[in-house]
This record gives sequence, structure tokens and C-alpha cells, in this order.
Amino acid sequence: MTINWRRFLLIGIPMIWLLVFFLMPFFIVLKISLSDMATAMPPYTPNYTPEAGIQGMVNLWQAFDLENFIWLLEDNIYWLSYLSSLQIALVSTLFTLLLGYPIAYALARSPEKWRGLLVLMIILPFWTSFLIRVYSWIGILKTEGFLNHFLLWLGVIDTPLAMINTNFAVYIGIVYSYLPFMVLPLYAALEKMDDSLIEAALDLGTTRLGAFWQVTFPLSLPGIVAGCFLVFIPAMGEFVIPDLLGGSETLMIGKTLWGEFFSNRDWPVASAVAIVLLMLLVIPILLFQRQQEKAQEAAS
Amino acid sequence: MAASGNTSDVFAPWNDASATPLIRFEGVTKRYGDFTAIDNLTLDIYEREFYALLGPSGCGKTTLLRLLAGFEEATEGRILIGGKDISKVPPNQRPVNMMFQSYALFPHMSVAKNIGFGLKQEGRSKDEIAQRVAEMLTLVQLQEFAKRKPHQLSGGQRQRVALARSLAKNPKLLLLDEPLGALDKKLRERTQFELMNLQEKLGVTFMIVTHDQEEAMTVASRIAIMDKGIVAQVDTPAMIYEAPKNRYVSDFIGDVNFIEGTVTAQQDHEITLQSAAGQDFILHSDKPLAISSTAWLAIRPEKIAVSKEPPEDRRNKLQGIVDDIAYSGSISTYHVRLSNGDLIKAQMTNQRRLSNRAITWEDNVWLSWTDTAAIALTE
Repeated sequence: MTINWRRFLLIGIPMIWLLVFFLMPFFIVLKISLSDMATAMPPYTPNYTPEAGIQGMVNLWQAFDLENFIWLLEDNIYWLSYLSSLQIALVSTLFTLLLGYPIAYALARSPEKWRGLLVLMIILPFWTSFLIRVYSWIGILKTEGFLNHFLLWLGVIDTPLAMINTNFAVYIGIVYSYLPFMVLPLYAALEKMDDSLIEAALDLGTTRLGAFWQVTFPLSLPGIVAGCFLVFIPAMGEFVIPDLLGGSETLMIGKTLWGEFFSNRDWPVASAVAIVLLMLLVIPILLFQRQQEKAQEAAS
Repeated sequence: MAASGNTSDVFAPWNDASATPLIRFEGVTKRYGDFTAIDNLTLDIYEREFYALLGPSGCGKTTLLRLLAGFEEATEGRILIGGKDISKVPPNQRPVNMMFQSYALFPHMSVAKNIGFGLKQEGRSKDEIAQRVAEMLTLVQLQEFAKRKPHQLSGGQRQRVALARSLAKNPKLLLLDEPLGALDKKLRERTQFELMNLQEKLGVTFMIVTHDQEEAMTVASRIAIMDKGIVAQVDTPAMIYEAPKNRYVSDFIGDVNFIEGTVTAQQDHEITLQSAAGQDFILHSDKPLAISSTAWLAIRPEKIAVSKEPPEDRRNKLQGIVDDIAYSGSISTYHVRLSNGDLIKAQMTNQRRLSNRAITWEDNVWLSWTDTAAIALTE
């Protein structure tokens, strides 16, 4: 009996957590997305009150429509936002990978006594608020910022570059902010690799580069996939970075959503945007999970 | 080529002054900071040899192998393969392949891809690779496992895949780093014979690193006993066992008893050694020893006879009390305590059933051996 209780608690607690903090909010957002905008409090209709009873529920159900989702299809600002977000997230993920792989590789190959300290340095930025770190990039990238001053001093440029409020600044911000999420899973994958595999590859006549592409890289694929998802998924819905570093032409779904919510006070459309974004993200998340399962099967 | 100078059919190129070694270490030293792993080492290894490096952990035997494979660079000295200095040749261009202790099979590749890896790097055609892989799979009897991944194989099968992979490129020299260390005893013994047969069949020079003396004795044509970065002795298994150069070698290989004494007489190969207790022993020595110099009598336990009556026909004898008997089935080892407190180990085959054994604990016994059974060691 005690074992059954413990089992129940073990499974029950995360289940209740997910129910209360994920599934119920999701259904609330879904409900709002099917509602209509109203100049009231809350700013949508219909509303359900317990006094209305079963008839109230039927009325509620009958008032639901897909109007907001159709609206998303009709106005191309949403589609452009999704596509632009997808592009920014994909490109940032690629650059994070290109930057993160050598870092993770160097970490994994560094002397063992240094590794703990080096990994600590990778996660050290988390000690500072994310918002402050993004703000500080404004100081670096703005027209009279550090980077422009430095480049002018070097003589590389003679007029300051317009970097702030561009997509370039958004890429910088995302790559910078999400780099640790790429480096850590890559490091975990590379670190557990047996050095003698590389030696065996060299022994059998391949070059160092050949050994990397034929042995190290394929064996680090689970780490690459994990890192890419950890960067891509939050980058897709990113709001703070495009809002602070991006310009008026920077189109990202997070910004669009914020605008619908706070500027237009159109909760139903904002909710529909969020539901579609969630659906777009669920597909890669499911892919990720399947990949993890496969990796686990291969390991056992 | 294989025929040596004096005896025509015995494989012993190391006795042939005109034979050129395949591998030559010339004053090779390897240091890691303050630590000297290999100390001014000079070695010759001949073609078709099965050469064993034997020693306790940390003696430098694996470093020696890694120097040959090219994973380490010698601090001083030269390494020659076929007369060519390879000190600066990277591992991927050496005519040497290695079988790793961990096997180092590529976990993401099938057995066939693993074995064909080296051939693919040479840019051979697909058909050629497939043919050679099939050949290697037949050699190690793993034909039906070509498509399996390493994690789907047993330890013994993985060992054979690693062997096949390291032999696929037909190297001049195959290095084996503790190749049988991960196998259980029965499988290890069987694999030792498989390795020997394979080596004979292929004619490839094998160099094996092991800390298992029995394994080295079984497989090797010559054994190099290593101790703290130097080679204590290089010889055939029989010579290492019967004619060790010093106490370290004789103690490392098998069991041995030492009796310290002073040389009092020498006549040809027969030496008289007087122990501290004043007793004379007759023993055999190949080299002349100075009178009144210190030497050690070394005798293997199996060469000592144990009896209850004093043996009449033997000049070397000691009296003692049976302290302990280690029964190991076919033989028993008697630990006999002498009057001065020293323990001497003697081994007798159990020709009779245990219940009929004549000698038991606390018995007063005589230990004896022939004039040529013991050897004299000076260091």
C-alpha cells in the first residue's frame, strides 16, 4: 500500500503541476481565442458565470467561432511575423551552433582540472538579470556605443554603423543570450566521448579533420539536436530582445502578440496568435522528444 | 629470411647477427614533466615476431606502444620501422595499426563499417572494401554479424571486431594493448591460442602489452620485462623463466625463493654458496662469479622436493616445519618455515588423492633440490 501511495505521489505531483500551470491556462487562452473582442472588463465576450448553469455553457459554446483564426489568415502581418520569427530563430540557432560547437569542443578537450571553472564561466551570465544583459547590448551597439567607438578608433570605419534597432542587433542579442543553452548539451555530448575513438580513427589512416567529421560529429548529434531545440524554441517566441534591440522593421511574433494584447487590447486575436505559435512549436518539440527516445534506446 | 644462423628451423632472428630488425628503438626517452616513463630504451623487434611487453602498471609499457602508434612523441632518441626514422611521421601515415584496450569501436557504425573504416580512408573502391571486410569477418568468424552495431555484440565478439578492424589494412606491425583484459578466464585462454594461430597464418608482427605473465608466456616469441621505464630483460619465455638476469625478473615471472649468501668456490659452472647460517649450497651459474662476493640463490618452488626423510642423494637440503599448505587441485604449495624464521615455498604435484597425503601441517620435513636446479643471481 505504501508503495502505491509513493508511486501515486511521484506521478501525481508533476501531473497536477502540469494541469494547473500548463493545461488550464492553455484552455483559458484557447477559450479567449474563440471569443470576440469587447469594450468591457474582461475585454472579451461571451463570459461564463456559474449562475448561468448548463444553459449558460450551451450559450457559451454556441458563441464560439474561429473568426480570429480566419483573421490571422486574412491579414498577412501575422503570417509575415511568423515567417520572420522562423527565419530569425533559424538563423540565430545556426549561428549559435557555429559559435557554440567550438566552445563546447574546447571545453571538453580542456585539462580536467580547468573544466569545472570553464563550465562555470559559461553559466556565470545567468547570475545577472537577462533584461540587464540585453540592455547593456544597447550601450555596445548604439550609434555612439562602445563598438562604434572601437571601430572608429581602429580606423576600420569612418562613420558610425547603424547597428542598434536592426535585425543584426536582434541576431546578436539572441545568439549571445542563448549561447549557454547550446554549449551545455554539446559539452555533455562531447565530454563523455572516449578519446581512444579519435586515436583509433587516426590509427586507421584518417586525418584529424576526417576523424572529426566521421567520428566526433556524428557522435555529438544528440547534443546538437538538443542544443538547437533549446535555442530555437524560445528564440521563436522571443519578445524582449526584438523589442529592445530590434527596429520598427523587425517583425517577430512575440512583438506582434504584445502589440495585439497591450496596444490594441484585442485579447481574442492575441490569444489566437499564441495558440498558433504554440502549435507551430509543438511540432518541433515532438520531433525533439522522439529523437531523445531514439537516443535513449541506442544507449541502452 | 626466417631461418637464423645457428639452428636452421627454430625461429630466432634475434640470434642472427645478419638479420635486420623491423622495429628499432634507439636510446628512446619519454618524459612527462618530471616523470620519466621510458628511460633511454634500446630494443630490436624482428619481422614475424610475437613480442610481449610485460610489467606492472606504470612501468612504461603502454607508453612504448603509444610511441610506436604515434600518439606520443619521444623526448629523446629515434624509432625506426624498416630502417626508416618515423619519429616525425603522424599516426595516420604509419604502417602500424593498434588494437585498443577499450576496443574503441565506433558506436555509430555497423561491424562492417568499423572493419572497413581504414580501407575507406585509403580511398579503396566499394567492391574492394566489401571483399576485404568479408575476408576479415570470415577470419574472426563473425560473418553473420556484419550489420550489427557494437552495442549489440558480446564482449568476446567486440574483441574480435576490434582485431579484424586493426588487421584489415594488413599492417606491418600490429600493436595490441591488453587485448584480452576484458574477457573472462576461459574465453581469454581460448583467444590466446586464436591470436597465436592468426599471427602465424598472417605473418604480421605482433606486439602485445599485458600485465598477465601467463598470457605473455603463452603467446610470445620473446618477452620484454619492463620496470620503471627500463627493460629488465628481453628473452624467450623459457629463458625468462629458467635464466632470469636478476631478482626483479625472477620474482616478476612465477614464484621464486631467494637465499642470500657468499660465493666460496667455483668450478666450471658449479658454484658453492655459503648462506648466513653457514650452510653450503651447490648451484649453477653461466657466468663466473668472484670468490667471496655476495650472490643470491634463486630456486623455483616446483624444483624443490618435500620429503619426511632426509634425502640421501642430494647435496642441497634444508630442514623445516610445514607452516601452511595451499591446495590448488593439481598441485599443492607447501610453505615451510626454516629454523631462522625464513619461509620457503615448495610445490609438489598431487599424484595421490588428498586423503592419502603423507605430509601435513606442523610436520618436520626436508626440502631438497638437485645441483643444477638453482641459479645464482648477483643483482
